[in-house]
Amino acid sequence: MSNVPDDLFYTESHEWVRVEGDLARVGITDHAQAELTDVVYVELPKVGTQAEARGQIAVVESVKAASDIYAPIKGEVVEANEKLASNPALVNTDPFGDGWIFVLKMATPDDVKQLKDAAAYRQAIG
Amino acid sequence: MPVSDAESKTTPLYEEHQRAGAKIIPFGGWLMPVQYTSISDEHQAVRQAAGVFDISHMGQLTATGPAAAEWLNRMLTNNIAKLEEGGGQYTFLLNEGGGIIDDLIVYRTGAQEFLLVVNASRTEEDFDWLKEPRPDGVILENRSAQRAGLAIQGPKVSDLFAQMLGADATLPVRNQLKDFDYGGVKLTIARTGYTGEDGVEVFFPAEHAAAIWSAVLENGKAVGLKPCGLGARDTLRLEMCYPLNGSDLTPETNPIEAGLGFFVDLTKEDFIGRDVLKQAKENGAARKLAAFKMKGKGPPPRPHYPVWVKGERVGEVASGTLSPSLNVGIGMAYLPSASAKVGGEIEIEIRGQKFPAVIEKKPLYKKS
Repeated sequence: MSNVPDDLFYTESHEWVRVEGDLARVGITDHAQAELTDVVYVELPKVGTQAEARGQIAVVESVKAASDIYAPIKGEVVEANEKLASNPALVNTDPFGDGWIFVLKMATPDDVKQLKDAAAYRQAIG
Repeated sequence: MPVSDAESKTTPLYEEHQRAGAKIIPFGGWLMPVQYTSISDEHQAVRQAAGVFDISHMGQLTATGPAAAEWLNRMLTNNIAKLEEGGGQYTFLLNEGGGIIDDLIVYRTGAQEFLLVVNASRTEEDFDWLKEPRPDGVILENRSAQRAGLAIQGPKVSDLFAQMLGADATLPVRNQLKDFDYGGVKLTIARTGYTGEDGVEVFFPAEHAAAIWSAVLENGKAVGLKPCGLGARDTLRLEMCYPLNGSDLTPETNPIEAGLGFFVDLTKEDFIGRDVLKQAKENGAARKLAAFKMKGKGPPPRPHYPVWVKGERVGEVASGTLSPSLNVGIGMAYLPSASAKVGGEIEIEIRGQKFPAVIEKKPLYKKS
């Protein structure tokens, strides 16, 4: 069974969001990394990028395929995980920790309430 | 549970794959394991120890009869006359224009008996193509449903078989095949593979598939053998620049362009596609399947990404991946012959951005 931490928000496209004040740290879920298989490259968003909710913002590539990553909510990219440039496998080994992908400064922090909670995401992935 | 797909076929080992925790994907009309644990781990297991792949989806056709050899020699590019009993050769089935219908291995299993091991997705097409021009006295059978197969690959394969078959049993030499008895089951073992490592492909009746699979896994523990999926099969073959049917070989490409003229015997008086290949050989192919390596880190190249040379779009990637052995993006692409020379600089366009790559000698991976 995939790990689905209780303190995070989730999207239908398998990103997770950790609220840190008015910032939102974003990565892909344990379920998503297991489906993608060995991650070999992450195309990070540029700091300063204005992200629209559900807009394509990054790319995670496994040996088999390239998959788009979407911004869960509207905001500005204030940080990208440069560690993934040299060690993209962190997305597999620590998806909710060192494998985070970027941090958004949320346009409207209340937007996260429209995302799934852990229970709803667990149900979604069966 | 994988999405069930009424159109897709399963091999006799489907339940074994599920039990082993495989991730299952549709491939050429089949539901096949793409990986069990990790493509990279499975890749390394084959390079350093051993791995076992289910190849039961591959087609197994037999042709038998006094006229079989002469007829197959007109249908296939390599020279059947060079095959002694127990011998096998890589060869092509071409259309009239010299385009590739399939690439396969043909074995002479008896004086007048042949086994053709063909690509899964081409089995029906090959059978239909061969059926029509078949002369009297040649029996052609599609035995794919009754037969299963395993590819067992890696430097420890001899050790594994010494344990399974006894120290006295000698595996056939490269490209040869031989029958063995394993607890009452006839195993036809061919010394061949698609990984660049020592190894075998083993064929046997489908009803024994689960038992043979389990025996290989059990005996393989001592040598570090792992079950391996199509993901590792693809990275292993691409490091060796072995072509993949449907990506590198299609009806629009011929063996000369693919750099596989060695498996075409133009001294044979007649075979389907000969005229086109003879001309390509004499005049030089206008394009060639070149192997390339990305310069430095970047996203891995993938099929259909555009290839650029000096600001001009000259082709597209046929096969591409991140090489687990070299830890760099690698691939093959059909390029104009002038741009396909070793050392040539090319660029691969990935999501609108161009990344530099260099044409390399085949194979891309050399054993140290």
